[in-house]
Amino acid sequence: MLMATNSPSASFMRLLGFLLWPAVALLGAAALGGIALNRGESINSLWLIVAALCVYALGYRFYSAFVAAKVLMLDATRATPAERLADGRDFIPTHRWIVFGHHFAAIAGPGPLVGPTLAAQFGYLPGTLWILLGAVLGGCVQDFVILFCSIRRNGRSLGQMARDELGMIGGAAALMGVLAIMIILIAVLGLVVVNAMRHSPWATSTVAATIPIAMLIGLYMRNLRPGRVIEGSLLGFALLVLAVVGGGWIDESAALRTWFDYDGPPLALLVIGYGFVAAVLPVWLLLAPRDYLSTFMKIGTIVALALAIVVLRPEIRMPALTQFIDGSGPVFGGKIFPFVFITIACGAISGFHALIASGTTPKLLANEQDCRFIGYGAMAMESFVAIMAMIAACVLEPGLYFAINSPAGLVGAEPAQAVATISSWGYPVTVEQMAELARQMGETSLFARTGGAPSLAVGMASIFASAFGGQLLALWYHFAIMFEALFILTTVDAGTRVARFMLQDLLGNVVPALGRTSWYPSVILCSALVVLGWGYFLYNGTIDPLGGINSLWPLFGIANQMLAAIALCVATTIIVKSGRAHHAWVTAAPLAWLVIITTTAAWEKLFSPELRVGFIAHANDLAAQIANGSIAGAAVAQTERLIFNDQLDAALTAFFLLVSWIVVIETVRVCLAYLQGRSCPTFTETPYERAQLVD
Amino acid sequence: MSARNWWIERAALPLERLKRGLQTSWRTVRELTGDDAYERYLAHHAACHGGELPLDRAAWFKQEQQRKWDGVRRCC
Repeated sequence: MLMATNSPSASFMRLLGFLLWPAVALLGAAALGGIALNRGESINSLWLIVAALCVYALGYRFYSAFVAAKVLMLDATRATPAERLADGRDFIPTHRWIVFGHHFAAIAGPGPLVGPTLAAQFGYLPGTLWILLGAVLGGCVQDFVILFCSIRRNGRSLGQMARDELGMIGGAAALMGVLAIMIILIAVLGLVVVNAMRHSPWATSTVAATIPIAMLIGLYMRNLRPGRVIEGSLLGFALLVLAVVGGGWIDESAALRTWFDYDGPPLALLVIGYGFVAAVLPVWLLLAPRDYLSTFMKIGTIVALALAIVVLRPEIRMPALTQFIDGSGPVFGGKIFPFVFITIACGAISGFHALIASGTTPKLLANEQDCRFIGYGAMAMESFVAIMAMIAACVLEPGLYFAINSPAGLVGAEPAQAVATISSWGYPVTVEQMAELARQMGETSLFARTGGAPSLAVGMASIFASAFGGQLLALWYHFAIMFEALFILTTVDAGTRVARFMLQDLLGNVVPALGRTSWYPSVILCSALVVLGWGYFLYNGTIDPLGGINSLWPLFGIANQMLAAIALCVATTIIVKSGRAHHAWVTAAPLAWLVIITTTAAWEKLFSPELRVGFIAHANDLAAQIANGSIAGAAVAQTERLIFNDQLDAALTAFFLLVSWIVVIETVRVCLAYLQGRSCPTFTETPYERAQLVD
Repeated sequence: MSARNWWIERAALPLERLKRGLQTSWRTVRELTGDDAYERYLAHHAACHGGELPLDRAAWFKQEQQRKWDGVRRCC
């Protein structure tokens, strides 16, 4: 860096630089202090935005610079895989902003929108603090370091790096972990969509319309105008808006609306059938065009939401903390520790990102130094999306928020009963208010619409309608639902496909023919197995009286944090083996925190006597109810299924716990072996080659 | 430079800048969305495999799309 210039303007700039960062720090501290200490009076959402931006700016400017310079020692003169292996297909040196765009579009999914919405039951403060601190100290660091590790290893994947650096056991555990998380992830996201469509002809018909629209665009981009991505996407966007409006017409027609009016279980079966068809259809027909549409929609809506929040600066109605930090919350059971850290995975730290950061992104970077901007920066931006989701959930009246998000099994299926229960918690809400809200949003009822998507859509609709004018609440609401469903279904398709490849890879070790990814019988068989896997959890989620989200979302959170722990294990091992063990705390500290929270959460999900937390306690309670006859007749069969489901969830939790501890123990073993000079898997960094590309 | 030309240049400058700015943005949008991927393929092909005939737009797009989805591309 050139610091020697002494011209007056340079001195002035330096002075400004000296003053800028203390000012950012002060502003950030004031905003954080303001939101943390505020009691009673409602607070403006601008405080959250200011606090968030200051925290990200400080984290980026100072912490990521430290990690880049001292821990990873990024080297701009070192040729990246994109340069060394350039093949015009996978490895393409690409401008940093383009890579940033691709990377952000790949990591930002529905997770950061749903998690904060659910965690808002603790109040806005715990979730917000975790999103900010988790991101700058954990999630951003994870993405950054894994991207760096992959770049120094010819763009190898997380699984390959785990095998190379930790040995066979660590590698196998990582692979199993990824497969399991995929199954749970798809199930829970499917459940979010199903709950948003339940008894809503408007939402169901709009979401259904996205399928033929995607196919049409697929045909357009393949046959009519090959490769014209912008044209195709704009056309698709217009059709999607038409589908939202058209859904309203269907909803008004007494004859048509019955075609799209379904309960949870049949909708789950439809989503499962769809998932299978999407998995075996060629990608150009459904998956690829849907992904183009959802990416455009995602970026556009996120930018619009940010603008709307800044323009409107809505008041936060949710208190900073609610009484539900004691674990009695209706949205999901469990105390603030560890469950706020489990519920908000994406947005604070998400293990899944490590798959992207060791997938396409490292093959595009032209300059190693851009790891910081892309790895750390894109995650900070995703974290900001989570903050906006938190704001959208907290601008609702808390009574409305709880009425939408509490399962009927807990607050009562009758509206009068539900509002009485919720009002008795100190969050007043009336049947009339809920009816009026449902009418405005164009829905028949908004009670017990668990999963986070409907309440987020209500929040977004009210923000959009106020910021951009008009009384089109119902249109905005269904636009938001369509937007969420669009990219959840993209994740369902893409996830099923990836899980299918993994399964084929695994089975190929036993029956070689099954390992051939393009052999149709194997494609059908493995796709069916994967879809049955997530479909099972999805279907049972819809018949669960507690709403399914209650048991599935924590399971997903634990799985995702476990994957993050695996990624941080790989990262820590690599830092230690690079001879900078004294800096290994950069990844070891978030790793330790993740191990603490996932272990505590998994332990509680297994052994807590609290019925809504402990899977085993819940199963035993149901069994006791059958035994003493309080559940009888037709309900017995369904209850037995719930019991089996609890046991399966418990087994899965135990599996996650086991896998993460195996990887942690392997990491400790390998690191100690290295430090003591004993034999351990070798350090696999590719040798230095000087960069020729002029940036 | 005559005064008149000076004024013409002054007037043209912002327009010129605007035009260049718009062109750059359009290029960025095309690159971000992958709309220009085929042109980039042609450029790469000409530079590295000059002797062979490149695929046409439709064939290339088909091949690319199939290949792109053989891995983790989207996250939660």
